[in-house]
Amino acid sequence: MSSTFDQVATIIAETCDIPRDTITPDSHAIDDLGIDSLDFLDIAFAIDKQFGIKLPLEKWTQEVNDGKATTEQYFVLKNLCARIDELVAAKGASA
Amino acid sequence: MQLEYFHMIDRIVDLKVDEKTIVVEAQVPKESTVFEGHFPGYPLMPGVLLIESMAQASGFLLLGVLKFERMPILAAVKEAKVRGSVFPGDLMSIEASLTHEGSGYAMTEAKIRVGGKIRANSSLTFTLIPFPNADMRGYMAKVAERVGFPQQVVSP
Repeated sequence: MSSTFDQVATIIAETCDIPRDTITPDSHAIDDLGIDSLDFLDIAFAIDKQFGIKLPLEKWTQEVNDGKATTEQYFVLKNLCARIDELVAAKGASA
Repeated sequence: MQLEYFHMIDRIVDLKVDEKTIVVEAQVPKESTVFEGHFPGYPLMPGVLLIESMAQASGFLLLGVLKFERMPILAAVKEAKVRGSVFPGDLMSIEASLTHEGSGYAMTEAKIRVGGKIRANSSLTFTLIPFPNADMRGYMAKVAERVGFPQQVVSP
């Protein structure tokens, strides 16, 4: 089974037509890959479906806007994947 | 339907919040300034207004599912197909279903039928925003009343 990062990178590559080999765990989805908020909705949709979760985009956005979090915490891919793993684990624990 | 005011939907026929589906009707007027230019001698509904009709049908579905706590705003149109023309005087039956409810966004599938035949379909994405002000919230309440939005859906 491929890693969370591999699955997310494939989703990003296919959704945004970005060469897969340019996407690394340290890539910032917005600053490095140039993904805008509308394209990120398609990525979030694909992640929600693939992992059976609901990425809390509104909460994350609010935290960034309030200065309580940085975009790096949620949009650098290794951090995004860690958040996904946490959500998957939380879902499994509550099932 | 009042094309000039973007009042596309006339009546909610069936809203099933639990199943996340809606059916609405839209009576295309026999005359409109829109048809004077689109097209002289061959009036037909512009494709973009068919998409707007599907978006508004989806919007009422989302308002019902979200109990009027958020306003859906059209963000993306995908795989839109106009499969046949819609003419002045046609009665459109528009179906929409919620395919995914994300955090702050939602996706729907919608289709338009006339006389049972599909004339257009599309996948639509909406962002779900707080009502920006009381005026818009009040306006949407009036629109909901006009189209027969079931009040028990909002305040059971």
